[in-house]
Amino acid sequence: MNSVIKGTGYVLVHVPDMIIQNGTTQTAERAAHPDSAYLKSLPEHLRTYEDALSYWPNQIYIGNAHPEELRQVPFPYFREKKEGAGRYGTFGEIMPENEFLLLAQASDVFDVVKLEKEFVAATRDAFAADPVISAEIAGRVAAGTDITDIDAYVRAGQAEPLFVDGKLVGCVKSAHDTDINLSAHVMHENIMSKASSVLALLHAVKQSGVDAGDIEYVIDCAEEACGDMNQRGGGNFAKAAAEIAGFSHASGADVRAFCAAPVHAMIMAASLVKAGTYKTVAVTAGGCTAKLGMNSKDHVKKECPVLEDCLGGFAVIIAANDGVHPEINLDLVGRHTVGTGSSPQAVITSLVAEPLERNGLKIPDIDIYSPEMQNPDITKPAGAGDVPMSNYKMIAALAVKRGDIERKDLADFVEKHGLIGWAPTQGHIPSGVPAVGFACEDIMAGLIRRVMLIGKGSLFLGRMTDLFDGVSLVIQPNSGGQEETGVSEEQVRSLIARALKEFAQSLTGETRG
Amino acid sequence: MSILEGKKVVIIGDRDGIPGPAIAECAKTAGADVVFASTECFV
Amino acid sequence: MDLENQKRVKDFADQYGPENVVVLVGAAEGEAAGLAAETVTAGDPTFAGPLTGVQLGLTVYHICEPEIKEVVDPAVYDEQISMMEMVLDVDDIIEEMSSIRDQYCKYL
Repeated sequence: MNSVIKGTGYVLVHVPDMIIQNGTTQTAERAAHPDSAYLKSLPEHLRTYEDALSYWPNQIYIGNAHPEELRQVPFPYFREKKEGAGRYGTFGEIMPENEFLLLAQASDVFDVVKLEKEFVAATRDAFAADPVISAEIAGRVAAGTDITDIDAYVRAGQAEPLFVDGKLVGCVKSAHDTDINLSAHVMHENIMSKASSVLALLHAVKQSGVDAGDIEYVIDCAEEACGDMNQRGGGNFAKAAAEIAGFSHASGADVRAFCAAPVHAMIMAASLVKAGTYKTVAVTAGGCTAKLGMNSKDHVKKECPVLEDCLGGFAVIIAANDGVHPEINLDLVGRHTVGTGSSPQAVITSLVAEPLERNGLKIPDIDIYSPEMQNPDITKPAGAGDVPMSNYKMIAALAVKRGDIERKDLADFVEKHGLIGWAPTQGHIPSGVPAVGFACEDIMAGLIRRVMLIGKGSLFLGRMTDLFDGVSLVIQPNSGGQEETGVSEEQVRSLIARALKEFAQSLTGETRG
Repeated sequence: MSILEGKKVVIIGDRDGIPGPAIAECAKTAGADVVFASTECFV
Repeated sequence: MDLENQKRVKDFADQYGPENVVVLVGAAEGEAAGLAAETVTAGDPTFAGPLTGVQLGLTVYHICEPEIKEVVDPAVYDEQISMMEMVLDVDDIIEEMSSIRDQYCKYL
C-alpha cells in the first residue's frame, strides 16, 4: 500500500540581524569592501517583524492564505499588506529573532550558544508561550551569561556574535580551538539550521496529530554539513533535531542533494514506509543562514526591502496508509539520470513526461505542478526572473512538443496547472515541497486529484560533477486503504483508447494505401 | 567561416535558462573549441 | 557573474588572446544576459569580481541568438535548445545582447 502524508510543518524565522552578520553576500562584501555604499545602506532596507509578518508570500507559506490568492495581489508583493496576518498559520509560524535565539540555545548540547542574562529573562515568557514549545524545551534555556563574557569571546575572535535590533545579546562559540569544521562560523550555521528544523518538526507533529513517540525515523534534507575535521559531512542533523523535538523512539539520517534533496527524501521516506521498514517517518529541513540577503545588492540598488530576511524550515510526516490521507504514488517517480543530459527538454522529459507516460498518463493529467516555488518578488529584481513561471513554461512547452496541448494553449496551461511562487530563496526549501500542505488539503477536499512535486538541484556547484539533478513524485487521493492493483482503472481506459486509436489509424492507412 | 569556427569558446550557462553542457553540445557542432563550460545558479 | 567564472574568463583571454575567445551565455532573462555580456566586455558592473574595471571587449552571444543558431547543427540545436525558445523572451535577450556588443565588443 502506498504511504500517506499525515501532515506538514512550515516555519519562517525573521532574522534581520543575521542578514548583516551571516549572509554570504554580506560577509564577502565586508571582507572585500568594508566601506561600500551597499553595506552602509543595507540596514535601512531591512524589514520589521510586522512587515515580514504581513507579507503575503510569508502568510501563504505558513498556511494563512492559499497560493491561488496571490494571483489577486498586485506585484510587487512587498508593497501590499495581508489583512488579518498572524504569527501562526495552519502549518506553522513566523518566529521573531529574539525567541529563536532561545530555541537555538535550547537546541545546543555543547554549551556553545551563550545568551545574555537580561535578554533571556526578558524573552523567556514569550518563548514559552509558543504552543509548540514544550515545558521540556523551554526548560533547556539556561539563565544566561554576563554581557562582558560574551563581548570578550567575540572580541577574541572565538565566537559569532548574536544581535537583536542591532544590540549584542549573545554569541555562538567555536566548539574547537583549531578545527575549522567546528569553528564559530560553522557552529552558528549548523545550530540555526538544527533549531529551525526542530521548529518545523514540532509544527508538523502538531498539525498531523501524530504522537511524537510514534515517529521511528527522521530524514534531514537541508544543505548544511556537520562533522569535525576528520569527517566534514559526517551528520546527523536528523537525529540531533529529533532529540530536541522529543522523538525518543526515532533514529534518522541526513540526505544531501542540493535543492533536490527534499523530494529525494520524501521518496525515501515513502519507500521506507511502503516497505514496512518503519511505520512513521518525518522528513525535515532547517534554514540556511548563508543565503540570507543573497540578492540584497540588487534589492538595495532597486530600492526594494531586503526580502531574504527569514530562515525557512519545513517538515512532512509520512506514515502507513490510514485509508484517509493523500498518498505518495511511488509508481509515478521521475528521475534525472547520469545519462539524461542537461538540456532543459531532456531534464523536463525525465522528471515529468517519462513517469507519466510509463503510467499511461499525459502532462495535462497532473492538476497542479509544484516545481521550484521561489517567490518572484525576490528573484525578479535580481535579474533571475520568475523561476516557477519558467518551470511551468518548460513543462507546457514540452507538452506542446509532445502533442499533449496546442501551442496556442501554452499560456492557459501555465495558468491552470501552475501557481505563483511564494517560497523564500532558502535553497532546498522552495524546491517542490512548499505545496505539500495545500496539495493535501485540496486533494482531501476533492478539489484536485494529482499534484506533482519536482525537486531540482545544482549539483555542479559542489565542483564534483558537471551534472544537474532532479526527482519528482506524485501525490494523489487516498485509495481507501485498499491494496492497489497493478494497473488502475484510468490506466486501463487510457490503454484501451490508445489501442483503438492506433487500430483506427492502421485502418485509415490501409484504405488510403 | 562560422563565427565559432576555430574559436576558444567559454560558456557561462544558467541553471534556469540554458545550462552550460547543453550550450557546449551546440558549440562543438559549429567548429568551436570549448575550453570551459560552467553553469550559474541564482537561487 | 560568479567570481570564479570571471577569473576563468580573464585567464582564457590572457592565455589565448582576447580576439580568439568567444563567450556564449545561457541566461534566462534579457537583463541577466546583458549583465553577463557587460562583464566580459566592459568589466564587472557589480564591482565584485576579477573583471571589475577590466575591459576585455570579448565577442559574446546568447545561445538563442540567430548568429549562433544558424551555425549550429540544426538537429543538435533542436534537441538541446529549441524547447527553451518557447520559454525565454528571445527578442528581449537579442536586444540586450546587441546593445552591449555594439557598445563594447572590440573584435567583431
